[in-house]
Amino acid sequence: MSPSVPLQEMIRAIRSARTQCEERGVIQRECAAIRAQFRQADNGGRSHNLAKLLYVHMLGYPAHFGQMECVRMIASPRYSEKRVGYLGAMMLLDEKQDASLLITNSIKNDLSHSNQYVQSLALCTLACMGSAEMCRDLAPEIDRLLRASNSYIKKKAALCAVHIVRKVHELGELFVPAARSLLSEKNHGVLHGAVVLIIELCEQNPETLERFRKTVPDLVQIMKGLVLSGYSPEHDVAGISDPFLQVRILRLLRILGRNNEGASDSMNDLLAQVATNTDSTKTVGNAVLYETVLTVLDIKSESGLRVLAVNILGRFLLNNDRNIRYIAMTSLQKIVGTDHNAVQRHRGTIVDCLKDQDASVKRRALELSLALVSASNIRSMMKELLLFLSSCPPELRAHAASGIFNAAERYAPSQRWHIDTMLHVLITAGGDVRDETVPNLIQLITNASELHCYTVHKLYRALLLDISQQSLVQVACWCIGEYGDLLLKGDCQETEPVQVTEDDALDALETVLQSHMSSPATRGFALTATMKLSTRITDNVDRIRSIVSIYGSCIDVELQQRAVEYNALFRKYDHMRAAVLERMPVIEKNSPGHTNGESTGEAVKDVPTAKMKQGEPLLLQQPANQVCDLLDLLGGSEETLQPGPAVDCLVSGLSVHAAGTAGGDLLDLLGGFEPAELSPAPQVLAYDKGGVTLTLSCEKQSDTGLTVTLTASNSSDSDLSSFTLQAAVPKSVQLHMKAPSGDSLPARGTAKVTQMVVLNNPNKVNLKMRVRVSYTRQGSPFQDTVQIDSFPGLDAAGQ
Amino acid sequence: MMRFLLLFSRQGKLRLQKWFTPLTDREKKKVIRDVMALVLARPPRSCNFLHWRDIKVVYKRYASLYFCTGLEDQDNELLTLEVLHRYVELLDKYFGNVCELDIIFNFEKAYYILDEFLMGGEVLETSKVAVSVSMENADTLQETMEEYMNRPAF
Repeated sequence: MSPSVPLQEMIRAIRSARTQCEERGVIQRECAAIRAQFRQADNGGRSHNLAKLLYVHMLGYPAHFGQMECVRMIASPRYSEKRVGYLGAMMLLDEKQDASLLITNSIKNDLSHSNQYVQSLALCTLACMGSAEMCRDLAPEIDRLLRASNSYIKKKAALCAVHIVRKVHELGELFVPAARSLLSEKNHGVLHGAVVLIIELCEQNPETLERFRKTVPDLVQIMKGLVLSGYSPEHDVAGISDPFLQVRILRLLRILGRNNEGASDSMNDLLAQVATNTDSTKTVGNAVLYETVLTVLDIKSESGLRVLAVNILGRFLLNNDRNIRYIAMTSLQKIVGTDHNAVQRHRGTIVDCLKDQDASVKRRALELSLALVSASNIRSMMKELLLFLSSCPPELRAHAASGIFNAAERYAPSQRWHIDTMLHVLITAGGDVRDETVPNLIQLITNASELHCYTVHKLYRALLLDISQQSLVQVACWCIGEYGDLLLKGDCQETEPVQVTEDDALDALETVLQSHMSSPATRGFALTATMKLSTRITDNVDRIRSIVSIYGSCIDVELQQRAVEYNALFRKYDHMRAAVLERMPVIEKNSPGHTNGESTGEAVKDVPTAKMKQGEPLLLQQPANQVCDLLDLLGGSEETLQPGPAVDCLVSGLSVHAAGTAGGDLLDLLGGFEPAELSPAPQVLAYDKGGVTLTLSCEKQSDTGLTVTLTASNSSDSDLSSFTLQAAVPKSVQLHMKAPSGDSLPARGTAKVTQMVVLNNPNKVNLKMRVRVSYTRQGSPFQDTVQIDSFPGLDAAGQ
Repeated sequence: MMRFLLLFSRQGKLRLQKWFTPLTDREKKKVIRDVMALVLARPPRSCNFLHWRDIKVVYKRYASLYFCTGLEDQDNELLTLEVLHRYVELLDKYFGNVCELDIIFNFEKAYYILDEFLMGGEVLETSKVAVSVSMENADTLQETMEEYMNRPAF
């Protein structure tokens, strides 16, 4: 075993090690030596060894075996050993270690030591790592030291008391009288400690705060002394006398003046004086001004003073120093809610800061800019924000994109502008936007019916340029599918005309389908869009058929399912294809933040019926149910109502649950519930018009489940074809329509169509159902709606 | 209050660490790693303030050493820059033209000076002179004891 070397030689040896391995070797040898030394009896080199161990610990190597040695050293009578022992305690022991309890007694003894430097070691260690139990034990000692000792110990005792109060809130009461008396000290260190202690006490306990309010005049006095005094060599920093103490007092004044008129009044003069007299060429002066501004803005200051404070912040914004600009923006962020107009005046400078090189400044400028957007400045602000988005650092992109969307939604001056803005964002930062952006944008587009042509042309062009941004590609595919006819027509007033042939459009969609950059969701969009085009174009239907049939054997299950269903649509149900793939109605605008899947009742009530294509809010559910039911017909087995990629989500999202939601509120509008007749599973005639009759019977399956069977028959003289039924129920009721037995009702009641509807009413609400009947008679379509309030087989409460 | 104070070199070697809140060793290592990575990645003339988790990080570079501290929400960042500067001045006064090697070979002295200047995350003594005087006295006390015990110091 090599002999142990003094500390500095060991450090030299470690530093000269050329590789990690060598260093580890040296350290292992040293640690072994140290451990051996620790085990021996008291020798002169104990402090050596502990110091070495602490160095090794700082390099990151384990040093827990030194803990007991620390405890022993602290108890030693020699000052040098105590010093290193306490240092070791602060580095190696913390309140989570068991060994820390062992030093409580030593600390207690040292607190009453005759030598003040030993006392200060103990105080320092207690303030650094004192646990709650230690604090409780030693609090009376600290209180004693606060009152009767020299200023060197008093200031340390004050900060130790701060630590105690932070750890054990109840002990705050103990220190209140001492803290009060310390304010009359002359020594700056003690004064500073006292102010910190009072701040801590006031923050913990509102009653204490009330009591300390009486000290405001004293504090103002002290502050005045500092500001107006001449040059004091001991405390001067660049012309400011003791800035640390000044800032602390300002903070205490802030706490005492908050929400209190009297205290705020007495500070007004002082704050005005500090704000005007402080020299702001150096950081120190700015630090004091900053604290003053924060105080002025937080207390109930008079308006002149507030204006002064905001002006100071404005000056900070123009400062060359980045730090100052940063904190100016941080402070402005805090007051943008209350003093909005004052901050608006500095909008230009803030927007300039968006172009700063520094990432911290950029972040602050972004947040503040987003807060400053209003209806009057939306256009210019948006230009700047979009410019920022194209060059901003990646970690800020998502935040910027969502901020832009929110601002656009709240203040968009026109629909076209709104759509343009959203497209721009998707093109620049499409990868960072949130998922719900796609359905939101789609819903916005459908609402702006005059702009469909313009939108689809723009999106087509964007798609040709870049297919890597998934959100953009999804929206583009959806629009091309939906408004493909407008795209192919070519003429559009708002953009330059460009001839798009059917092949071009299909090429674009096929590129998306085949590209390795497209996510499965995007592919789903593209496939559905291709399918929709089959009813909007005339020549290339075969091409579409072949595309669709290829994907019938695709590995991705979702795509395969879609392709198979679309194939079936081509083969067996070609007559329905046009109806299934027709243009979607305007999608409801829900409250912001909801996807279209969860519609709230109010949304339905708000929409004027004139806006809807067919004039009935219930029709919202039609495409959904139509598709659902048809898919039931086609597939029969697949779970068609589950959340799929966004397109179908828009549709099927309005499915089972939402179908009930809107319908439920309509039903609420329409009136009360009549009690059902009590009869065991009878047939009730629900609808009778034009020769078509609809009867229903119910059967309770369980406490909350119910099966309703709808039977339709045709007593008129003409055959009815494409007969379909759709149903809607109140919000919390779940509905599942099974496949109907058929879809044609021959004349004179020769055959019937039955359809089973399974209902689940877990909340046991009043059960009502709205049924829509639609059929084609002699080539012309017909639709009607009936409401069913009473269900045979249910008791009076409808359960 | 300050949550921690770290001194590290440009190469990422830690020279001094002072923690004012109780953390486990593992947590401390994580904080050191993360904060070092953030600070060392900053370009030369950028803002001295960062935001990390829920604390504000204030750092300043002096020659080859970064002085870095974590603050709570209410603290004044500009004043903290002054605190860091004051600490450097104290080191300079004590060691006479301090450089990184002084802090490496006399790390325990750097800690003692820190303990005379800051305590519990707050500024303890606002006067440079007072701190220097207490350090001198404490050193004298140590040497006298050593001489008395007839043993070398370190």
